Amino acid sequence: MERVPILKMGDTLILTIQVELHDETALRLQEDILEKIFETKPQGLVIDVSAVGVVDSFFGRMLSDTAIMARTMGVETVLVGIQPEIAIILQEMGLELKGVHTALNLEKGMALLQGMGEVGNGED
Amino acid sequence: MEKIKEVGINKSEDVIMARQVAREMAKELDFGLADQTRITAAVSELSRNIYHYAGTGRVVVKVLSESAKKGMEIIAEDKGPGIPDIEMAMQDGYSTGKGPLGQGLPGSKRLMDEFEIKSEVGVGTTVTIRKWL
Ligand SMILES: Nc1ncnc2c1ncn2[C@@H]1O[C@H](COP(=O)(O)OP(=O)(O)O)[C@@H](O)[C@H]1O
Ligand SMILES: [Mg+2]
Repeated sequence: MERVPILKMGDTLILTIQVELHDETALRLQEDILEKIFETKPQGLVIDVSAVGVVDSFFGRMLSDTAIMARTMGVETVLVGIQPEIAIILQEMGLELKGVHTALNLEKGMALLQGMGEVGNGED
Repeated sequence: MEKIKEVGINKSEDVIMARQVAREMAKELDFGLADQTRITAAVSELSRNIYHYAGTGRVVVKVLSESAKKGMEIIAEDKGPGIPDIEMAMQDGYSTGKGPLGQGLPGSKRLMDEFEIKSEVGVGTTVTIRKWL
């Protein structure tokens, strides 16, 4: 089964979703992320979805759940690179990505996490 | 272009196959990127519902061409448990699943131009959606 690599850059965990996730791979990724957080104690988590061409409620829920679990462990999640069409779908379907922060790109996402680190544990 | 394509839904990977087939047809029909994505998302919802609630079923994707109008139709059908209260199932936030949000059916309806659902307990469920160019 294809796995999504999770990289540590400085103090931040970064993963780029480049494959289409089905139920099992999505849940596996969720577990991998949480384990990696525990192992590496990052300052924050960035999920790059710029290669993601479609969302549905299952995927939205998985992202949101992951961010909420990461927050429970003490780590904030920033979703970066949401395509315009994805924003349209989320809005029209009424899907709310609870628990995640968003930024336009990786750089801005890292800056956002940096800022949160400075004021303690960021909340939205 | 092939005017009709069918994808059997038996495992979770088939959901991805169904939406790839739908996306491809939408692209070939020259739907804009936003509509391609709407169609793909709706197909993802309906095929996931088949996989989650019925276990198996199929998704049929068709080109529609009526005199002046062109479009796409997707039929998602299964012989699963059926939906006891369709009106309830069509409401935002109604779900019998343990993970999801209950946004799949009402959300897909909003993404498409036409949406029909037929379901009978013990017989199965058929959802037909259409998008016009
Ligand atoms: N193909 C189906 N067969 C049986 N029940 C279904 C089917 N599709 C949807 N349902 C029922 O309708 C409810 C709402 O579906 P949906 O709007 O997709 O939300 P969700 O899948 O997140 O629960 C489901 O929880 C399920 O009870
Ligand atoms: Mg659903």
